[in-house]
Amino acid sequence: MSAQAPVLELKDIVKTFPGVIALDHVSLDILPGEVHALMGENGAGKSTLMKVLGGIYQPDEGDILVAGEKTILRTPLEAKGKGIVFIHQELSLAEELSVAENIYMGELPRKSLGRVDWSKLFSDVDEILGRLNCNFNAQTIVGDLSIANQQMVEIARALTVEATTVIFDEPTASLTDAEKVVLFDIIEDLKSRGVGIVYISHRMEEIFKISDRISVLRDGEYRGTLKASDTNQDELTQLMIGRSLEHTRPDLSQSNGDVALEVKGLSCGKLFHDVSFKVHAGEVVGFYGLVGAGRTEVAETIFGMRNKSSGEIFLNGEKVEINSPADAIAHGISLVPEDRKGQGLVLGMNCRDNMTLPQIDDLTVSGLTAPQSEQEIFKKYRDQLEIKTPNWKQTVGNLSGGNQQKIVIGKWLSMHPNLLIVDEPTRGIDVGSKSEIHNLIRELAGQGYAIIVISSEMPEILSVSDKIVAMFHGEIVHTFTSSNVTEDKLVQAISGIYEPENAA
Amino acid sequence: MAQSHLKAVGEILAKHGILVAFILFMIAFALLNPRFINSDNLLGVVRSSAILGVMAIGVTFVVVSGNLDLSVGSMMSFSTIVVLDLHDKLGPLLGIPAMFAMTMALGALIGFLVGYLKLNSLIVTLGMLSAIHGLTLTYSGGKNMDIADKDGTWFGFFGQGELLGVPVPILMFALLAAGLTLVLSKTPFGRKVYAVGGNGVAATFSGIPRARIVFYCYLISSFCVAMAGLIQASRSLGSQNTVGQGLELQVLAAVILGGASLLGGSGTIFKTVIGVLILGFIQNGLLLVGLEFYVQYIVTWVIIILAVWLDIAAKRGQLWSPIA
Ligand SMILES: Nc1ncnc2c1ncn2[C@@H]1O[C@H](COP(=O)(O)OP(=O)(O)OP(=O)(O)O)[C@@H](O)[C@H]1O
Ligand SMILES: [Mg+2]
Repeated sequence: MSAQAPVLELKDIVKTFPGVIALDHVSLDILPGEVHALMGENGAGKSTLMKVLGGIYQPDEGDILVAGEKTILRTPLEAKGKGIVFIHQELSLAEELSVAENIYMGELPRKSLGRVDWSKLFSDVDEILGRLNCNFNAQTIVGDLSIANQQMVEIARALTVEATTVIFDEPTASLTDAEKVVLFDIIEDLKSRGVGIVYISHRMEEIFKISDRISVLRDGEYRGTLKASDTNQDELTQLMIGRSLEHTRPDLSQSNGDVALEVKGLSCGKLFHDVSFKVHAGEVVGFYGLVGAGRTEVAETIFGMRNKSSGEIFLNGEKVEINSPADAIAHGISLVPEDRKGQGLVLGMNCRDNMTLPQIDDLTVSGLTAPQSEQEIFKKYRDQLEIKTPNWKQTVGNLSGGNQQKIVIGKWLSMHPNLLIVDEPTRGIDVGSKSEIHNLIRELAGQGYAIIVISSEMPEILSVSDKIVAMFHGEIVHTFTSSNVTEDKLVQAISGIYEPENAA
Repeated sequence: MAQSHLKAVGEILAKHGILVAFILFMIAFALLNPRFINSDNLLGVVRSSAILGVMAIGVTFVVVSGNLDLSVGSMMSFSTIVVLDLHDKLGPLLGIPAMFAMTMALGALIGFLVGYLKLNSLIVTLGMLSAIHGLTLTYSGGKNMDIADKDGTWFGFFGQGELLGVPVPILMFALLAAGLTLVLSKTPFGRKVYAVGGNGVAATFSGIPRARIVFYCYLISSFCVAMAGLIQASRSLGSQNTVGQGLELQVLAAVILGGASLLGGSGTIFKTVIGVLILGFIQNGLLLVGLEFYVQYIVTWVIIILAVWLDIAAKRGQLWSPIA
């Protein structure tokens, strides 16, 4: 492999933003047919480096060499023209358009007189979607797809051009295990055709599974490149965060608190039906299932974002009617939503204001907002969650993906809820912070919080939950306790083939 | 080194471009015609900008919440006609509050349609522009409205009076600007307006009642329109049915010049006021330089396009994008 010439080289790249040195003389090369993983903490500069490669940002200093030639990439289209395809961390699709139009955006196949050749477009796209095993077709409107499926559309984009380099920025953050398998097959296929692949992820298992070399960034600085076969998780962690992680599995205490939330026979149209479960104070209940199984919809219904069609909700033994998020918040419920960009944050607003938004009515002195108290809340959660931002005034949209997620978590923790629902809480969060957040969830449970964790990551569900509710097709299949659950049983349950009596 | 200086200059321009433009502009006109900066002229401009300014302050709320209001011009005609009529029928003490109530009822209707029924604000307010015009004509029977006893009323105070040497319209403009700056930038309500305009879904997930916030923004806008109508009526003590015609575009121009995004979520009262003053001084400056008044319509448009372009260029970091 060493004999091959790199498809891409980055030399001494510097990129600064006001108050931040995002990249400080970073160099990197990508060989044909290799998967080159890029790792580092939230805010280390990974996405920025790739945006420089993708023609989205111009570097302040440094060179980009494509196939050995110095090149200036002024726009994403120019980068694409050089065979560099970028699959973004934050989805960037036009929600009102069809899957096919999104995939061929700007390059729709034409017939005479510039008319769009729809039949060719749709059949081409359906062919690509077939290779990806997608369960939707070319004409589906993107806005109707789940986040995971939207991610698949982004990935499909990469397969439409003769790529020499494909950049995946946290592609699996919202994919289920089954979808990941498909993605890895695609990566193998690209690899075998000599395409160079840059792969950004915070998930160690994946990194070791698919990558050949691993480069590490820390605080905008290049920390070295390792061969995946010569290194291990501990060495990598050390390189990324400067210390190693204790692998303490948070202790799962059987709770004996009162029932904080009881849901009886809850249904919502076709999304889910007859859902019943209990969450005790001091207990973490994990919801596991495939995308579309109805977990998020159950959470949104409890939170008043959706109207239930039948069923009852009890909080601390009292029946409650929740018709809006405002009602839910008034009852002490917090929801960290699944989609931070669309549902969690006002991207154009600063960090502090985003964090205090749900409780802004309570942070007043004689009718006016009280910056002092707001500041205190912001500082507390910035420190606790180690949020990287130059100051509170920074626009949230300018933070790295993981740090944005931490703002959303801080926002809802600061409400001191009786019931905390977190939907994919660690999506895009680095290894160090991830275990901090898991510990935090356990700690909160220890303090008597009732917590629901929705996650598509099996290890996450297994490590934080006292009880695991498995959902399939809008129904609860089975509820496991942490002592009798196994990975196999869980996989069976969420695929609808679990039979409790056989497994007993 | 030189590069980082350039970058710093760029950042200042991107942040305070409108102020810089304002200052450069004042200097240019002062050089062209020294009369421009004498204090009588300056005060005169501010005074004649007061009506536009009062309306633009209200519309800023609507724009920050992510909506448009194209009905303010014809609504202002309505307020003016109504208050002149009620002045004679009920007397100013009752007539003024009654006019405020009627104007704000229109604002409430728009707020209901855009906020609660989630109808597109462009369509709703464009329709209201013409509907309110019809309403005004129906009310007045198409005739001009005049106060019968112009010498025997104190009603002229709001448009012509002075307090401590300051013209009352300017005082009202300044007080309204100060008061609503406080509301928009220092109250929970104001914060929610930014949230709703910035990302309505995230605002809803944060427990903010989007519909109600939008409703209040239109109510505030109509309150400001009523105030503008009051100043207008009081200034001339008589009026045509079309006195506010075309003001909606000038108001919008001032708000955009101030740098508010039409997509919502950004803009401040202070910047809007600057936008209003720029428009006012440009129009005044053009007259002093000796151009016909109708040239201002064209120049105003050019300036808006320039402002929008510079705003986008600053965000993009380049004057135009080389590809598509
Ligand atoms: N447009 C911008 N304006 C200002 N600062 C920015 C901008 N884009 C990125 N940054 C800053 O640059 C740093 C690097 O961000 P980047 O998004 O590259 O991190 P990352 O390594 O991808 O992190 P994550 O794992 O959270 O996605 C962060 O401190 C971020 O706040
Ligand atoms: Mg990133």
